[in-house]
Amino acid sequence: MSTLVERTWATLAPLTDPEIPVVSLRELGILREVAETADGVEVVITPTYTGCPAMGQIEDDVKACLAQAGIPARVVTRLAPAWTTDWMSDAAKEKLRAYGIAPPGGTRLAESVVQFVRRRPPLDEVACPRCGSTHTVVSSQFGSTACKALYKCLDCQEPFDYFKPY
Amino acid sequence: MNATQASAPLGGSAPNAAGSVGVAYLLHLADNAVVLGQRNAEWCGHGPILEEDIALANVSLDHIGQARLLYQLAAARMGGGASEDSLAYFRDETAFRNYTLLELPHHGPLVGYAASDRDYAVTIVRNFFYGALMVLVWDALTRSADTDLAAIAAKSLKEARYHLHHAADWVVRLGDGTDESHARAQAAVDHLFRYTEEFWLPSPAETEAVASGIGVEVASLRAAWDALVDETLAEATLSRPAVRGYVPEGKLGRHSEHLGYLLGEMQGLARAHPGATW
Repeated sequence: MSTLVERTWATLAPLTDPEIPVVSLRELGILREVAETADGVEVVITPTYTGCPAMGQIEDDVKACLAQAGIPARVVTRLAPAWTTDWMSDAAKEKLRAYGIAPPGGTRLAESVVQFVRRRPPLDEVACPRCGSTHTVVSSQFGSTACKALYKCLDCQEPFDYFKPY
Repeated sequence: MNATQASAPLGGSAPNAAGSVGVAYLLHLADNAVVLGQRNAEWCGHGPILEEDIALANVSLDHIGQARLLYQLAAARMGGGASEDSLAYFRDETAFRNYTLLELPHHGPLVGYAASDRDYAVTIVRNFFYGALMVLVWDALTRSADTDLAAIAAKSLKEARYHLHHAADWVVRLGDGTDESHARAQAAVDHLFRYTEEFWLPSPAETEAVASGIGVEVASLRAAWDALVDETLAEATLSRPAVRGYVPEGKLGRHSEHLGYLLGEMQGLARAHPGATW
């Protein structure tokens, strides 16, 4: 007999990011906690980028999914600790790569802002998700969604998205 | 903006003991973000190249996202039916506490107002001056005594670093580019630099926030800001103008003639259809 918390996690497991449908909310680190309350469960989610338009959709998806499973739930948005791409599992990174998005490198959170701005491109060694070459160049720090940058592979000549370290 | 997110508490921490202290400071930070976000969004669909069109829209999205979190927090502290929407859409010009720098149009002092007069050098130099300030401000505010503000700062810092990176990159590209791009970048620096004087003169809201451990003392950031700016300007072969004397007072609510038009566009729909949803 599984607990309500276990049942909630299992129910939410298929939910994916609306923009990147190959990785689950749990793998991305957006779904943080599930706790049993007096009248159901409390689900904690954390936003990725402050202005990410997918967050409203994600909250609605979580509520709808649990409502359909008959689990009374309250969804809480929590900011701290701030979401980071370092929470992404290796399996999730591999799924991103297979989907055509280069997975994020480490965030170097310890680095000071002054160090950060002085190291102008290349910021990271980014491998092309198609051919694996690291002979790549940034086209723009900003891409099709808030979390991605635009890169180009200089070997296979294909443009691709890079999930930025955040 | 929607009611769903507005109603979700900034969970994780107990109601802040500081109560309403710091609301004016939160509004100053939020107004900066929303005004620059709205101003830069004018480039959406009009960017000089596709990549920059996308970049500016993303930077605006981050700024508006930061503003939402700050307005939500301020509204929760204010009570009395305040919401992120009432603060963004139903306050008038003189209630806004943003830096004057951020409301200026995308052109120099002596050209017209048409969309075709927008100068990307002005956009980039402004983003650079503000970005260099905000990486320092957010970094300091991650240590704020206000744990909710510290949480917002930790997120905003990650975004501000990319904003500064983008702007600094383009300052160098334009300054150390062609004769035309150099001249326009230098004109933008000469035009906008004087407005940065406002960063350093603390407002009553900032002084109060520093006294209560919530805010950062701006004067303490000046040396680091100077170093960031001077290093990039030097690499861009641009010179820093000597300006002293004029200090704008946007953060005291005394704005240029440009803010009213910006707010008119931003607030018009919400005021014509109060409470509308879709």
